[in-house]
Amino acid sequence: MLNIVVCVKQVPDTEQAIRAKSDGSGIEESGLNWILNYYDEHAVEEALRLKEKHGGTVTVVAVGPQRATEAVRTALAMGADEGVLVTDPAIDGADGIGVARVLAKVIADLPFEVILAGRLATDDNAAVVGAALAELLDLPQATAISKLALDGRVATVDRELEGGSETLEVDLPAVFTVERVINEPRYPTLPGIMKAKRKEIKTHTLESLALDGAVGAAAARSRAVRFEAPPKRQAGQIMTPPTPEEAASAIVAFLQNDAKVI
Amino acid sequence: MGKDVWVLVDHEAGAVRRITLELLGKAREIATALGGRAGAVLIGPSRDDTNTKLAAHGADVVLRAEGDGLGAYTTEAWTAVVSDAFRAHAPAALLVPSTAWGRDCAPRIAARLGAGIVTDVEDLAWETDHLVARRPMYTRKILATVALSGDGPQIAVVLPKVFPLPDAASDRVAEQVALPGRTSDREPRVRVLGRHEIKRERASLSEADIVISGGRGLRAPENFALLDGLAATLNGAVGSSRPPVDSGWVPHEYEIGQTGKTVSPTVYVAVGISGAPQHLAGMSGSKFIIAINKDQNAPIFQVASLGVVGDLFAIVPKLTDEIGKAKAAT
Ligand SMILES: Cc1cc2nc3c(=O)[nH]c(=O)nc-3n(C[C@H](O)[C@H](O)[C@H](O)COP(=O)(O)OP(=O)(O)OC[C@H]3O[C@@H](n4cnc5c(N)ncnc54)[C@H](O)[C@@H]3O)c2cc1C
Ligand SMILES: Nc1ncnc2c1ncn2[C@@H]1O[C@H](COP(=O)(O)O)[C@@H](O)[C@H]1O
Repeated sequence: MLNIVVCVKQVPDTEQAIRAKSDGSGIEESGLNWILNYYDEHAVEEALRLKEKHGGTVTVVAVGPQRATEAVRTALAMGADEGVLVTDPAIDGADGIGVARVLAKVIADLPFEVILAGRLATDDNAAVVGAALAELLDLPQATAISKLALDGRVATVDRELEGGSETLEVDLPAVFTVERVINEPRYPTLPGIMKAKRKEIKTHTLESLALDGAVGAAAARSRAVRFEAPPKRQAGQIMTPPTPEEAASAIVAFLQNDAKVI
Repeated sequence: MGKDVWVLVDHEAGAVRRITLELLGKAREIATALGGRAGAVLIGPSRDDTNTKLAAHGADVVLRAEGDGLGAYTTEAWTAVVSDAFRAHAPAALLVPSTAWGRDCAPRIAARLGAGIVTDVEDLAWETDHLVARRPMYTRKILATVALSGDGPQIAVVLPKVFPLPDAASDRVAEQVALPGRTSDREPRVRVLGRHEIKRERASLSEADIVISGGRGLRAPENFALLDGLAATLNGAVGSSRPPVDSGWVPHEYEIGQTGKTVSPTVYVAVGISGAPQHLAGMSGSKFIIAINKDQNAPIFQVASLGVVGDLFAIVPKLTDEIGKAKAAT
């Protein structure tokens, strides 16, 4: 029997346009479509596979505004057993370490042998929360893993390095963040969706976790102070050379005269 | 708060990765403005030239930890060494290469020290008493300015190739400071069973000045040989969009974009790649972008410095030939 906890975040779908507010204080949220973070789908999938193999329960934990219950429900619809949401306006402005503090507090009260998170969240791209959570819970970690196998109280994982990979043996309990190649996430089934709708999602506030003041804008050591559209790239020259030879010469000329790399 | 700025040295058995040297240049610039020194934190085995290389590229001090349990990178050992060194020496900031190991330990160090941390950094400055960084967010649809704060150390995890390689001054000498090695008597909870190399003939993706990437337009795995040939003449590296990875033509290590690597080479050549936002997220910081695509409406042309409409199978072999000739002529 394995107790598995998965950290899930709700993020804006990256398929849509994302615009900064005109005062640069954040992004324009109205009309955005919110989804379960892409990597967290892989984390949930990995948890479900572990459960199918070894037996156990999968609990998903999210920190975010009320709308983040939808991300929790997506994970439940995929097959997770329990959902927890920590929501509190005071969390606004928390940095990654602050979010990890909240998660650590919630998870410390749950039974667990394996904690899974995504390699990164596709909104802030931070890749901070997983490792910070491992530290705060004093657990070993392996980040961005592409393979996970369990044997009793030991996990064997692969992770990508620059120009290679490494295989690690990790004592449980431990925190793992997953790379997308670890698995192919399943789609929620209709019965799964129906069941998830009826599930009660446990909610916490900072007060109920006794974290008042320890998390939030004032405690944050990292703060995004300005959001803006990236500078537009200068539109270049587009050509349709009549022959491959001419195409090749045009590119060579560019490499010599503009980029100056040959 | 201290005035020194440190760089965590990313290396393999003492072979220092280029990004470490790029960060030393930046660390020295900030440290000089603060009236402090640039430090290189070197953990584990080194080579004869490791020290001289770090000194030549800007390290005033090399802080060195070696010995038991530091032979191969592990999160726990590196986190302990760096955190303890921070507490003992109180530098103003730590710059960490955005590599697998850097990204793995930096947030853990930040959590241990209660430090501010910013990742995916593309630009960095010191303002009054804190680091200010620029970083892409939301699939690079937003550029964010992030300010760190607090009296503790500040940590920036920086992308490769965003800062120039500083000129090497081979006569520079760095002061040597020994850091305590492994201080915990706890048995390691993570053990390295093995490391495997992915064979690459040339520069790695994140270090190459020229990256040639192939997309679904390549049609089959064997066609990546065309790109290998082109990369060989340009001394570049080969990458890919996502479909070639999903189809098993190339390893995930090749993938560039939101779910792959972020690269900023001098020249990025997109071959048979349409230019989806998730791909642009990983390469639109490149200095020059050349696109070869048979569809004149492909979105990649909107970001290309030079867009060539045509059949890649006809153009790429000719291009490889022409570059060979041009090089022979110079
Ligand atoms: C959450 C998420 C994350 C993603 N992350 C990434 C990522 O990290 N990286 C990434 O790349 N994608 C990513 N994607 C996928 C992305 O949306 C696109 O599907 C993908 O980038 C398309 O790859 P492509 O350009 O190679 O293929 P296509 O879009 O199919 O384009 C192929 C191009 O090749 C051209 N072509 C075909 N034949 C020839 C020929 N003979 N000569 C010249 N040109 C030719 C065509 O005109 C076309 O423009 C992600 C998607 C999602 C949803
Ligand atoms: N607000 C959150 N609630 C729950 N999990 C989170 C939250 N933020 C981040 N995570 C987890 O940490 C991973 C990395 O996120 P980040 O560090 O923000 O890139 C995500 O894939 C999630 O698994």
